[in-house]
Amino acid sequence: MPAPTNSRHAVLIGWVLPVLIVVLWETLSRAGVITDNVLPAPTAVFAAFLRFLQTGELQQNIGISAWRALTGFAIGGSIGFGLGLANGLSALSRNLTDTTLQMVRNVPHLALIPLVILWFGIDEEAKLFLVALGVFFPIYVNTLLGIQGVDPQLVEMGRTYGMGKRKLLIKVILPGALPSIFTGMRYGLGIMWLTLIVAETISATSGLGYMAMQAREFLQIDVVVLSILIYALLGKLADSIARALERFSLQWHPAFQTGA
Amino acid sequence: MTAMSSFNFAEPAFSFQGVLRRFGEKSVLSSIDLTVEKGQFLAIIGKSGCGKSTLLRLLAGLDQPDGGHIIRSPVSDGQTATRVMFQEPRLLPWARVLENVAVGLTGLANRTEALSRAHALLAEVGLADRDNDWPAVLSGGQRQRVALARALIGQPGILALDEPLGALDALTRIEMQHLLSSVWQRQKFTAVLVTHDVSEAILLADRVVVLDAGKIALDIAITIPRPRRHGTPEAAHFEQMILGHLLDDERA
Ligand SMILES: Nc1ncnc2c1ncn2[C@@H]1O[C@H](COP(=O)(O)OP(=O)(O)O)[C@@H](O)[C@H]1O
Ligand SMILES: [Mg+2]
Repeated sequence: MPAPTNSRHAVLIGWVLPVLIVVLWETLSRAGVITDNVLPAPTAVFAAFLRFLQTGELQQNIGISAWRALTGFAIGGSIGFGLGLANGLSALSRNLTDTTLQMVRNVPHLALIPLVILWFGIDEEAKLFLVALGVFFPIYVNTLLGIQGVDPQLVEMGRTYGMGKRKLLIKVILPGALPSIFTGMRYGLGIMWLTLIVAETISATSGLGYMAMQAREFLQIDVVVLSILIYALLGKLADSIARALERFSLQWHPAFQTGA
Repeated sequence: MTAMSSFNFAEPAFSFQGVLRRFGEKSVLSSIDLTVEKGQFLAIIGKSGCGKSTLLRLLAGLDQPDGGHIIRSPVSDGQTATRVMFQEPRLLPWARVLENVAVGLTGLANRTEALSRAHALLAEVGLADRDNDWPAVLSGGQRQRVALARALIGQPGILALDEPLGALDALTRIEMQHLLSSVWQRQKFTAVLVTHDVSEAILLADRVVVLDAGKIALDIAITIPRPRRHGTPEAAHFEQMILGHLLDDERA
């Protein structure tokens, strides 16, 4: 049995290193070892944070980026899940589409950026398309793997007890595939942010990536670092929510059982 | 539940007539004739790979014969035809114990009724206060008890058991044998137990069939009065007989 990962103790220990790094960073900045034009001190970044919070620019850009991220995720995720489900359940559907999908998968979706800009310009569609495409594959692949990995003995059991297709899907197949679907979801979330950062940095007129690029032009390194940190925090937040959801839905799983 | 008095021992629960089953070139069951009366406890013994599971799967309708007929007598109202208990408990890991037992009433009762009957049956198999546990926290023997409750909740006419105690330790096994015996005596379903344990067959069964090379090699009635215990002289007598037969086959 793996050690329980969600005890208070473990959570606290995880924060020791980040706090130490920030303290070290501040100390080195104040001592002049790290100069302002390389990396501003954490307090300077925090000051930028307050400044942007006051003007409302920060909330607005975070809002726009989050909207793009979640919409793209929802679109790519549902298509990936739907196709994974279809291909996991139907050999016909799998034979028809899986080879093609596996081939397309080998094209890095970020390589499509020039093409996507040609198609959509720098409008919202371009970013949504890229995010959706990036999120699609991990969710598709892991949903498919999850369904194919469901214990056939359990499926046979369900059949002998008279479960129809619907009941089998809801009571046996989906719950059995769920751990794998969560894995895909968490991969997808990582790709979601990565794609969005790249897309917003290259072509956008709003959002966190745009904010960072603007700041770069005006040599506001504190704002650049702020954007990067906010990306990191949003990524962490998304992952934490996914983990919490995972822990909640997989209570039955020995790996998530913490005793009482 | 069927009352003892309504029992007619001449009435067959099921009948195999010249049943054949092949896998590719390999003939696994060749011309099996076997009629089992309602309420009888039949044990099937045989070496590994001799076709016991195949026979049971045919009985349960999980597989179709390549030749011959399998006739099952119709069941009375509120009964299901055949339930299978496998060597593995096959519980849904994501469903609590109570829900797992209720699976046995899929399509037979509404949810509320299923859960309340599941609760009652869990008590009957000695798991009275484990309703809300996950299968993962149960021991192997407890999981098999849940599987037994799930198999029994639909009041099957026939319960087919494929080495259900094979993976349990010796003590748990004896406990489960007694549980099985008492549940069978109370509910009077027809039991077909595949086992490789000769003493288990003698403890539980009215009749023992030895399967060898796809044929029935021995078919005897176990006439020891119940309740039975392990290791009595009568049991030893039957055990010698069956073992002698199994080993004779080996030499031949
Ligand atoms: N689905 C199958 N396909 C091919 N061969 C099978 C299949 N099921 C069983 N067999 C073969 O049939 C023989 C009998 O199997 P089984 O009934 O499981 O034996 P037992 O339960 O007595 O150990 C074995 O040789 C096995 O390999
Ligand atoms: Mg077998």
